[in-house]
Amino acid sequence: MSITVKFFAGLREELNIDEAQLDFVTGLTALQVWQKVTGQPTLPTKTLIAVNQEYASEDITVNENDEVAFFPPVTGG
Amino acid sequence: MAVYIKQSLFEPFSEVAQHQLQLEANIGKGQYGASTIFIGSMRDFNEACDVSAMTLEYYPGMTESALESIANEAKEKWPILDTLIVHRVGDIQPNDSIVLVAVWSAHRAAAYEANRYIMEALKSRAPFWKKEMTTSGGRWVEKNTPA
Repeated sequence: MSITVKFFAGLREELNIDEAQLDFVTGLTALQVWQKVTGQPTLPTKTLIAVNQEYASEDITVNENDEVAFFPPVTGG
Repeated sequence: MAVYIKQSLFEPFSEVAQHQLQLEANIGKGQYGASTIFIGSMRDFNEACDVSAMTLEYYPGMTESALESIANEAKEKWPILDTLIVHRVGDIQPNDSIVLVAVWSAHRAAAYEANRYIMEALKSRAPFWKKEMTTSGGRWVEKNTPA
């Protein structure tokens, strides 16, 4: 009964967290996941969120066993 | 329709040749009248700095599905026969190919437009991140060039 939380690129380096597990609580939003894992009240500007590998907004409610990822703007190609 | 993430150097023209043979095996020869190929490769300069190497990070699973969605969108928007997307990750040297987008269609307009669409969507939505090594150390690229 947990949530997997992932960080990528510059955000991963700044926070020094690659992946974390968080106990699931009903009604938890993506922003609250961020707050619980990082201890920071808000997301850095332009941070993108994915829930189960699909883009999502910070007010989305997460479910148990979800994978929540936070990362900076993408720069591929 | 194919999507490949490559951990090491790839040769874009052999990827295209191989995929085209497969396409011909699947749909027969003489079906496509146009193919467009976009290849992006690594420069040794960016934003007024010399760049000696680069590391490309990605999100295994999400990156592949984002690229597949983009290819599917292109197929819905234009009458294209097939697409090939190849993207490099890991440690990259100047002149290495980073990305390949190839599109096959009966007529040229669809192949040109779908290729551009895929490339622009990839740049804005596919989870890849570039970190450049410059003379003053490593730096994450914050945004892509407009075009």
